[in-house]
Amino acid sequence: MTQRPQVHGVTPPRFVEGTHDPATWGLALFITTEAIIFTLLFVSYWYVRSGSTAWPPVGDAPPKLLIPLINTAILLSSSGTAIWAERGIKRGSQGQLRLGMAITFALGLAFLALQLNEYANEELVLQSSAYASFFFVITGFHTTHVFVGLMMWAYVQLRAWCGHFNAGKHLAVTNVGWYWHFVDVIWLFVLAIVYISPHVAPVLP
Amino acid sequence: MTFAADRLTRAWTPPNFISSVIGSVDHKQIGLRYIVTALIFFCEAGMAGMVARIQLSRPGIDFVSPSHYDEIFTFHGTVAIFLFATPIVLGGFGNYLVPLMLGTRDMAFPRLNAFSYWIYLFSGILLYGSFFTGSTPDTGWFAYAPLSGPQYSPGLNLDFWGLGLVFLGISTTVSGGNFIVTIFRLRAPGMSINRMPLFVWGILVTSFAVLFALPSLSLAALLLEFDRLGGTSFFDPTRGGSVLLWQHLFWVFGHPEVYIMFLPAVGIVSTIITTFSQTRVVGYLILVLASVSIAFLSFGVWVHHMFATGLPPVALNFFAAAGMVISIPSGLQFFAWIATLWKGNILWRTPLLFILGFVFTLLIGGLTGVMVSVVPFDFQVTDTQFIVAHLHYVLVGGVVMPLFAGLYYWIPKMTGKMMGESLGKWNFWLFFIGVQLAFFPMHITGMMGMPRRVYTYMSTPGLDTMNMIETVGAFMQLVAVLIFIVNFAKSMLFGEEAGNNPWNAGTLEWATQSPPEDYNFRKIPIVRSRDPLWTELEESAAIAEPTAGVEREIYQTTALAAKPEALIRMPGESYLPFLAALSIALLFVGVLLGVLPLTIAAAVCGFAVFGAWFWPEPEASEVTP
Repeated sequence: MTQRPQVHGVTPPRFVEGTHDPATWGLALFITTEAIIFTLLFVSYWYVRSGSTAWPPVGDAPPKLLIPLINTAILLSSSGTAIWAERGIKRGSQGQLRLGMAITFALGLAFLALQLNEYANEELVLQSSAYASFFFVITGFHTTHVFVGLMMWAYVQLRAWCGHFNAGKHLAVTNVGWYWHFVDVIWLFVLAIVYISPHVAPVLP
Repeated sequence: MTFAADRLTRAWTPPNFISSVIGSVDHKQIGLRYIVTALIFFCEAGMAGMVARIQLSRPGIDFVSPSHYDEIFTFHGTVAIFLFATPIVLGGFGNYLVPLMLGTRDMAFPRLNAFSYWIYLFSGILLYGSFFTGSTPDTGWFAYAPLSGPQYSPGLNLDFWGLGLVFLGISTTVSGGNFIVTIFRLRAPGMSINRMPLFVWGILVTSFAVLFALPSLSLAALLLEFDRLGGTSFFDPTRGGSVLLWQHLFWVFGHPEVYIMFLPAVGIVSTIITTFSQTRVVGYLILVLASVSIAFLSFGVWVHHMFATGLPPVALNFFAAAGMVISIPSGLQFFAWIATLWKGNILWRTPLLFILGFVFTLLIGGLTGVMVSVVPFDFQVTDTQFIVAHLHYVLVGGVVMPLFAGLYYWIPKMTGKMMGESLGKWNFWLFFIGVQLAFFPMHITGMMGMPRRVYTYMSTPGLDTMNMIETVGAFMQLVAVLIFIVNFAKSMLFGEEAGNNPWNAGTLEWATQSPPEDYNFRKIPIVRSRDPLWTELEESAAIAEPTAGVEREIYQTTALAAKPEALIRMPGESYLPFLAALSIALLFVGVLLGVLPLTIAAAVCGFAVFGAWFWPEPEASEVTP
C-alpha cells in the first residue's frame, strides 16, 4: 500500500465532481464563444438594417408571430423540466431524472418540428434579400443549436439508463442543462429581434 | 526514487508506437508537432514571399503572371498569419511550455489538445487542396467582399479559403479554452497568480483574446460561404447586403489577431531578457498589466484598418485616438525591458541578439503604427507599400524574431542539445540586416506612391533601386533560414549536451530533464517565488515535496492562490481526437465539394466519436497496491 501524496501535511481529496470541475470551466468558455457568435449575428442584423430603406423589403410581410410564440412557451417550459430532472437526481431519484429529461427531449423535438414546418411554409425566399438571408441564417443557426442540444439530451438519457448518475455525481446532466438554458436564452433574443422587431419598427430613423 | 520513477513511466509513457503517434495526448509531443508543422508552413509562406519579391525586383518583368501574383500574395499572407504565426505561438510554444512552466504534467484537456492539433493539420491540408483543383484563393488574406463573393470570384478557390478558416477556427478556439482552464486550475501548489511566469501571462491573455475575437472571423467566413454556396446576400449590396459588414467583421477579429500573435511573443521576450540579464525582471506588474490592457484596447481599434472606406469623421477620430492609446502600454513594456537589461549582467548569446533585434525592429514598426493612426496620413499611404513595410516590421520584428530567439533558447530543452553559437550569430545578423533591407525601403516606395498588390511597376528613378535592394534583403533572410536549418541539423548530430538548465534560468521548465520525461517532473514542485530555480535552489527539497501521479493523475489547484484542491485523473492515449478531427475534416470536404452523402456520413461519425469521447472511463481504485 502506498501513502497518498501530501502537500504541507494535507492530503488533497481524490477528484470530486462539482462546479469547480475543469469540465464546467470548459463548458462556460464554450458558451462564451457561442454567445459572442450570436451577438455578432444580431449586431450584423442591426447594422444592415440601419442602412436599409425598408425592413422587411417592400413586398415581403413581417414574420408571423403565432408559431414563434408557441415555440417560446415550449422552449421555456423545457428549461423548467430540465431543472426538475436535475433536482430529481440531486435527491437521488433516477425516475425523476429520466422522466424529466424525456419530457425536455419531447418538448425540444416539438420545437424542432414546428420550426421545420415553419420553414416549409415560409413565403420568404432565401435568395431574395439580405433581410431574408438574416431571417433564415439566424433562425437556422439557432435551430441547429436546438438539434445539437437534443443529441446531448439523448446521450445523457442513455447514460442515465446505464446508471452513471447518482445524487453526488451527475455533472453531465448539469452541463447539458446549462447548454440547454443557453440555447433558450438565445431564443428569446431571436424572438425579439428577428420576429417581433420588424413589427414594432419597420424602418429605423 | 527509482521506484516512483518506474511507476511514473508506466503511467505516462504510451504503450506502443502507434498509440504514441496517432494517439498521443502528451502536451510536449503535440507542441513539437505544432512547431514543426508551423515551421514547414513558415518556409512555404516564405517561398511565396520570395517569388513575389523576384517578380518585383525589376520593373516590368513577368516572372509570374498577374493572376499568379494575386494567388501568391494571398497565399503568403494567409499561410503566414493563420497557419504559421498563430499556431506556432499558441499551439507550439504554448503547448510545449505552459505545463512545464506551471509545474504540472499535462494540459487540462489532453485529448482536446490532440484534437486541436489534428484539426490544424487537416485544415492546412484543406487549404493546400486548392492547388490540386487548379483554383487557388486570390483575393488577399482579408478577402474583401464583394471581390470574394460569388459574382467576382466564381469557382471553388475562395471556398477553400472560407471553409478552411472556419475549420481552423475550431482548433484555435479549442486551444484557447484549454489554455485558460490549464493556467487557472493546474498551476503547481504555491504558484499564486502573481508568481506566474510572464510567458504564461502572455498565453493567458492571448487565449482570452482568441475566445473573444475568433468568433468574428468564423462568422464572417461562414456568412461568406452562405453567400457563395447558399445564395444569400449578406455582402451583396444589390440585394440589400453590405460590403462594409465584411470589413467590420473581419477587422473586429483582424486587429486583435495582431496581438494574438504578438502577446505570446512579448512573453518570450520578457522570459529571455530575464534569463540573459540574470536578474529578476523589472516591473513584473507593469508587464502583466500592459499585456492585459493591450488585449483590451485591441478590440477597440479595428476601424483604423478602414479609415479610407468613407466612415463618418466621429468614428475616424475615436478610432484614431484609440489606436494611439495602445502605444502607451507598449512603451511601458519597452522601458521595463530596457531597465531589466540595465540592471543585470548581460550574457551576449544568440537568443538575446534576436530579442535586441526585436526591440529595434518593433520600435520602428510601432512608430509607423502611430503614423498610420493619423487619419490624413493614412489616407495618403493606404494600400501602398508603406503599409506592407509597417505590417512586416510589426510581424517579422514582433513575432518572427522572438520566435527565433525562443527556438534558440528552448531547443536545448526540447532536444537536449545546444545550438551552435557562431552559426547562430550568422543566422541573426543575416536575418536582421535582411529584414531591414527588405522592408525599410518599402516605407519610401510607399510614400512615392507604389501600390501594394500590383504585380509590377513602371521604371521610375529611385523605385527600381529600392525594389532591387528589397529583393536582396529577402534573399538574405532566405540564407539566414537555411543557416538555421543547418545549425539545427548540426546540433542534433554533434551538439553539446545541454543538461537540465544550460542558461541558468529561473523558471520551472528548466528543473526537468532535457528533453523532459513523459511525466515532466519526478516530483511536483511547490513554488514560493517568481523565479523558483533562482531563489529556492538551495532548499531543493522544498521545491519537490509531493509525488502526484503514481497513476496518471495531476493536481488541481485553486484559481488564484493555487492551493491544492484535488487530484484529478487524466485520460491516457486515445485515437478519438484523431477520428473526431477526421470526421469534421470530411464534413468540410463534403460541404466544399457539395457531396451530401459524405457530409451526412461524416456528421453521423462525428456524433458517434464524440459520444465515445464523453463516455466515462472505468472508476479508478482508491488505493493502488
